[in-house]
Amino acid sequence: MIRTEELLLNVGPQHPSTHGVFRIVVQLDGEIITAADPVMGYLHRGTEKLAENLSYTQIIPYTDRMDYVSAMTNNYVLVHAVETLMGLEIPERAEYMRLIVMELQRIASHLVWWGTYLLDIGAMSPFLFAFRDREIIIDLFNELCGARLTYNYMRVGGVKWDAPEGWLEKVRDFIPYMREKLEEYNNLVSGNEIFLARIKGVGAYDAQTAIDYGLSGANLRCTGVKWDVRKDQPYSIYDRFEFDVPTGVNGDCYDRYLIRLEEVRQSLRILEQALEQMPSSGETMGKVPRVVRPPAGEVYARIESPRGEIGCHIVSRGKQEPYRLKFRRPSFVNLQILPKLLVGETMTNLITILGGIDIVVGEVDC
Amino acid sequence: MSEVDNKNTPDIMDSAPNPDKEAKAAAAAEARAARAAARAKASEEETPAEPKPPSPNQPLLDQLAALIRAEVAPGAVEEAHINELDRHIPTLTIHSAFWYETAELLKFHPSLQLTYLRNLSGVDHETHLEAVYHLISLEHKQDYCFKVRTDREQPSIPSVTPIWSTANWNEREIYDLLGIQFPGHPDLRRIMMSDDWVGHPLRKDYEPLDPEV
Repeated sequence: MIRTEELLLNVGPQHPSTHGVFRIVVQLDGEIITAADPVMGYLHRGTEKLAENLSYTQIIPYTDRMDYVSAMTNNYVLVHAVETLMGLEIPERAEYMRLIVMELQRIASHLVWWGTYLLDIGAMSPFLFAFRDREIIIDLFNELCGARLTYNYMRVGGVKWDAPEGWLEKVRDFIPYMREKLEEYNNLVSGNEIFLARIKGVGAYDAQTAIDYGLSGANLRCTGVKWDVRKDQPYSIYDRFEFDVPTGVNGDCYDRYLIRLEEVRQSLRILEQALEQMPSSGETMGKVPRVVRPPAGEVYARIESPRGEIGCHIVSRGKQEPYRLKFRRPSFVNLQILPKLLVGETMTNLITILGGIDIVVGEVDC
Repeated sequence: MSEVDNKNTPDIMDSAPNPDKEAKAAAAAEARAARAAARAKASEEETPAEPKPPSPNQPLLDQLAALIRAEVAPGAVEEAHINELDRHIPTLTIHSAFWYETAELLKFHPSLQLTYLRNLSGVDHETHLEAVYHLISLEHKQDYCFKVRTDREQPSIPSVTPIWSTANWNEREIYDLLGIQFPGHPDLRRIMMSDDWVGHPLRKDYEPLDPEV
C-alpha cells in the first residue's frame, strides 16, 4: 500500500510568475489542485489612508504607483472624479491629449501582458518583441512628461504639458508600425499548436459567473458580454470615435488572449481618428481655481482601464483633501475568481490562469 | 514695487504709512464689497425663482423607493435622493435590518436586474459607519447607489456575498480597514493587513499601535 496525503504548497510572494508580490497557498492532491487561498497585502501601502491627508493634486502621483504599467488611466480616473464633482469644463485639446496618452497606454499595457504571459507559458522571444515595441511608447511618454512609468501627467482641469513639437507626428508614425507588428505577433504565436494546446479551454467560465464576480475588461468580454465603459457609458470624448468592442465565445484564456490583441488594433483606430480630429492649438488647462476644493458631495467615477473598470469613489466635505477616497481596482476584483478557477486544474495551469487574468499587484493591494 | 526697493527702505516701510499699500488695501476692500454684493444679488435672484426642474432620474428613484417599500418593508428606505453632482445617480439609504432582502430584490426583480456590483466602499462618517454599493444592470445600463448605515461601536451589516460574489473580498477589505462585521460572510478575515494587526486603519480616530513604524 502506498500512503498518499494532500500537500500544501506555498507559491510566492516572490515568484516570477506572480508578477509582483502575490502569494497563493494551494492544496494539492498529486498534481491536481483541490483548494487555493490567495494571500494579499504584501504591497499594501495604504494609498487610501494617505490620500485623506493630501490635496487632490498631491494624490495624482500616488495613482501612478497603483497600476504601474498603466499609470495614465489611473491619473485620469482621479482627475475625472474631481472634475465631475466640481463640474469643470475641460478644453478640447486637453481632452484629446488625454485620450491619446490613454490609448497609447492601453497598447503599452497589453504589450506588457502579451510578452510576460507568453514568458510565463515558456516562450522567450515574444517577450523581447513586445518590450521592443512598448519601448517606443515609453519613449514617447518620456518625451512628453519626463518619466518612463510614473507620469503624473494629468491635472484637475487638463494636462500638465502640451505635446512638444513633432510629438504628435511620432504618434502618427507609430500607428502603421504597430499594425505591421501586430501581424508579426499573430504569425509568431497566435496559431502555434503548442501554445493553443496550453491555453485553449483553460480557465473557462460563463457570462453569468463573470457578472456575478464583477469581472471587467477582457475577463468579462471573453464570455461574450459586450460591455466596455468607453462604449456603454462614454466618458471624456469617447463617444466621438468609431471602434469595436471585441468579445469572445468560450470564456477561456485563449479568448482573453485574442481580445487583448484585438483591443490593441482598436486602440490604433481610435488614435488615428483622434489625431485627425484634434484641434491644432489651444489651451491644455481649463479654468481651475488655484486651490482645488470640490463641493461637499459624493462621486463615483469609472473608466475602462486596460485591465477593466477602474473606479474612484470620493466623499468630499468641501475641503482641499478628500474625506474618503476609495479606488475600485480591476485587478483586485478580477482576481477574486482565481480560487474557483483553480480547483481541479494542474499546477502548470495555475500559471496559465493567473497570467490570463492580467493582474498588477500594485493595484491589487493599493 | 520691486524686491530691491523693499530691501533698501525697510525703515520707511515700517514707520511711515505706505500710500501704495493703503491704496491696495482700499482696492481690496472695495473688491470684497463688490463680490459680497454680487453674491447677495445672485442669491436674491435664485430664491424667488421657480424651484429647480426635477432631475430626469426622479421618476426612477420614486418608483424604486415605492417598490422597495412595498416588497420588503415600509421602513426599509431611510432616505432617497438624486445625487446631482454624480450624473444624477439615484441614491437610496437602506435600513441595515432590511438590506439583505432589498439586495435580493434588486438583483432578481425583472425590471431592475442589478446583477453587477461595481463598487463597494466603506466610509467612516465619525457619527456612524456606512457601506456604499454602486450597482448597475448591464441590460438596462442604469446605475444606482445604495447606502447602508451602521453603528460605530458595534458595526454590523448583513453580508451580500451570497447574492453578489464580488462582495466577498470587498467586504473583507472593509472589515479589515474599517472594522464592520458582515454576518453571513463565508470567510470574514483580514485581507490587506496581517492577521495580528491591531485596529482598523481607515477609521478616522485610528492610532497606530507603534507610531514609530
